[in-house]
Amino acid sequence: MFGTVAALVVATAVGGCATTAPASKPAGGESAKARTLPKGLDSANNGDPFASTYRPLPSRPTALFGATVFTGTGERIDGGTVLIRDGKIEAVGAGLVPPASYDFVDAAGKYITPGLIDAHSHLGVYPSPSVPAHSDGNELTDPNTAGVWAEHSVWPQDPGFNLARAGGVTSIMVLPGSGNLIGGRSVTLRNIPARTVQEMKYPGAPYGLKMACGENPKRVYGSRTRAPSTRMGNVAGYRNAWISAADYGRKWDDYRAKEGRGEKADPPKRDLQLETLSGVLKGEILVENHCYRADEMVQMIGIANEFGYKITAFHHASEAYKIADILAQNDICTATWANWWGNKLEAWDGIEANAAMIHAAGGCAIIKSDDPDVIQRLNQEAAAALAAGRAAGLNITEAQAMAWITANPAKAMGLKDTGSLTPGKRADVVIWDKNPFSIYARAERVYLDGGIAYDRHDARFQPKSDFEIGQGANR
Amino acid sequence: MSKIALHLSISLAALAAAIATPVLAETVAITNARILTAGPAGEIAQGTIVLHDGKIASVGAGASAPAGARIIDAKGATVTPGFVAANTLLGAVEVRSLGDDLTVNNPDIGAAFDVQYGLDPQSTLIPVARLGGITRAIVMPLSAGGGGTDFHADDGEELYTAGGGGGSKSTALFAGQAAVIHLGEGANILVKPKVGMVVPFGDGGANVAGGARGAEIVALKAAFRDVRDYMRNKAAYDRAGIRDMGLSKADLEALIPVVEGRMPIIASVHKASDIRSVLQFAREERVKVILDGAEEGWMTAGEIAAAGVPVIINPLSDRPESFQVLGATMENAARLQAAGVTLAIESQGGAHRVRELRYNVGNAIANGMPYQAGLAAVTINPARIFGVADKIGSLEPGKDADLVIWTGDPFEPLSQPTAIFIRGESQPMTSRQLELRDRYKTLGGGYPAAYSR
Repeated sequence: MFGTVAALVVATAVGGCATTAPASKPAGGESAKARTLPKGLDSANNGDPFASTYRPLPSRPTALFGATVFTGTGERIDGGTVLIRDGKIEAVGAGLVPPASYDFVDAAGKYITPGLIDAHSHLGVYPSPSVPAHSDGNELTDPNTAGVWAEHSVWPQDPGFNLARAGGVTSIMVLPGSGNLIGGRSVTLRNIPARTVQEMKYPGAPYGLKMACGENPKRVYGSRTRAPSTRMGNVAGYRNAWISAADYGRKWDDYRAKEGRGEKADPPKRDLQLETLSGVLKGEILVENHCYRADEMVQMIGIANEFGYKITAFHHASEAYKIADILAQNDICTATWANWWGNKLEAWDGIEANAAMIHAAGGCAIIKSDDPDVIQRLNQEAAAALAAGRAAGLNITEAQAMAWITANPAKAMGLKDTGSLTPGKRADVVIWDKNPFSIYARAERVYLDGGIAYDRHDARFQPKSDFEIGQGANR
Repeated sequence: MSKIALHLSISLAALAAAIATPVLAETVAITNARILTAGPAGEIAQGTIVLHDGKIASVGAGASAPAGARIIDAKGATVTPGFVAANTLLGAVEVRSLGDDLTVNNPDIGAAFDVQYGLDPQSTLIPVARLGGITRAIVMPLSAGGGGTDFHADDGEELYTAGGGGGSKSTALFAGQAAVIHLGEGANILVKPKVGMVVPFGDGGANVAGGARGAEIVALKAAFRDVRDYMRNKAAYDRAGIRDMGLSKADLEALIPVVEGRMPIIASVHKASDIRSVLQFAREERVKVILDGAEEGWMTAGEIAAAGVPVIINPLSDRPESFQVLGATMENAARLQAAGVTLAIESQGGAHRVRELRYNVGNAIANGMPYQAGLAAVTINPARIFGVADKIGSLEPGKDADLVIWTGDPFEPLSQPTAIFIRGESQPMTSRQLELRDRYKTLGGGYPAAYSR
């Protein structure tokens, strides 16, 4: 006990010294002038102030033997074995012989899938219990709050993270809400119990920018008799924001060019809002666009073309099926539900077969939750979406539909090292007791980076958040 | 006297409902079916069910198709009773954010509010729900929320946008009277009005009583005293000869069947201590009660069972969404069932997502509820709880012919209904959603989709 505390003190002291040591070298490639700017004034020389401190769980070489495997990339392997080593997928196939030194898990009769990925969640920013003290997902003070970051609202003790993990979810994109035209940055998380959001942050994951069409922004601000109060006001709001962002980017580019030539240059003042938007224009930040109606989605594509950015995914997108061809042509994913519709007029035309029709048109279909309950059963939502597609006469396999909750959300979140059981990827794996497209299936075990993060039959791997303990009502 | 009059009015209403929807049902024999009767016959591995004149004429392994009947060879498919969705907004809402017909904020109309007069048989939600295998529903007034899981559910992401487009909530002590409807085509969907009186407890009850739980129980007891005094002194009341009453005359009248124990209170309640409080209140006032919500019901399962009080739950409620549901768990259904409680399963939100009712049953089963108990929780149990088990809720001769033919296990998302009968009438297997789907199935034709039918 004392030893640990002492070690921490020493570590802190060393860290403190290191940051003030004059000998510390700046990152390579930075110009001399940039270094002269006071700390925090140049995003390019600002380090990563909220860098991921994620550490994978301990893992052992493991062989999951004899299961029906959905790879996430559209294949199904019967009698398949998944080998895990060093936290990565080592091999997947039928007839693999597990090395004797590996932990052997008999998965005969069971199903194995990649860890599920939710491309639209508000866990942590709208946690349980749902009370105003925790309501941190919508900065409803300006229609453009591109400068806010969801990670600064995430409460890591949200019990919803544990419930989602028990449903097989291993990676999550947490987004700001949709009350603003531009709501702020998303954060992508490894679904691991943690003390800080930094411990959950997905290393190397790109940021996303939450944008919102339609009813929500115009309702929120229209009710305050300020812009936007109409959809045309919404569009003017986006365009003005991008004009400012392009101008901001130009000023920094000019500054850096002059500086590079050794000329005297006055740096622009750093602006968090414009910095994020500028990051989108540079292709570094993905656009995650809440948009229900078909006509509005196509308006948003027009804006993206006008300013030279790409929309990665439309979220909710209840009417995506009406423009499945256009979405496929533009390589824009559709993150939607099967069952939600009619909660408001822009969701009135939502249909169960939406995802299946996107898939059939050659597009990128995603089933997401936007909900702390649905995130626990993404597989069931995908099953309903698949059933609706089949009822529509579309020939879609379970193995293909599995991509809707694994490989496709990984793509929409810019994650290249998870979302499928492909050798070399993170060993994010779920063992299901039954076919995950069955209502009776339950995740039996969930691996994150090859470590056991959840086990339905072993209380040692059923973490509880701080909020959940000592409350009397022991669930 | 008043009792007889009330019975008479109920019978007349039922009669009117029957006349308004003439049953033009054909004679149908569904053969070679796996029949889940939800009745004493249990599961019939392979049998025939005969529908005649809107009723079930026979059901069983040995039942034979009468001459002239339309034969549907089920080819081994599963037949179930139509599901009964407890706690819905069906027929009383279209677009959630545009409001509903179940919320009243009128100082003179609380208990007296009666959903039966505001039902819309043309609602687009009805065919969508029907395709989820639902043939009957209980439409309930919306009561004050209070952090349970019943209110925000259907707002979906509105919750996340500080928009809260779901309209206001009733601030009345008594939210009003529920009704049973059927989901068949026709001009009149009312089956039975006045099947229960919705009353919020816990945080919601505290809210309507001025802020504290204790105040609500006191207010309810005072209201019931008023009703009893009113019943005994109607003439004096009409001459303004007795003391002031806290409720309007309409509300006093509406509460007479409640204090007489003929109409149950549908108690919206979540927390274990509040459930105990409701049970005690019901015992002291000698009123009937149905618990709705009951996320912490499992913690008081023995007491609920001993009181013979039925419970309606959403088995998916497993988050500590508020401080009154810290004990919420997916095993609530199984544990209540094991304790001997009569259970009905409800859907999330009761409106646009009501078609997911069958998945809720599947999830309850996956978390420990016996299969037949799960089936009962959406068939015979809600029928019994709301006093219509003589007509619906199981596949038994003489009951209304409400049934669904499924491609497989009805609780599996991958199973689909292939035919739906309500009162013996074959229902169309379509909805506004399916029409939209078909209109956009093929994109890029010569004419815009709007020209398609």
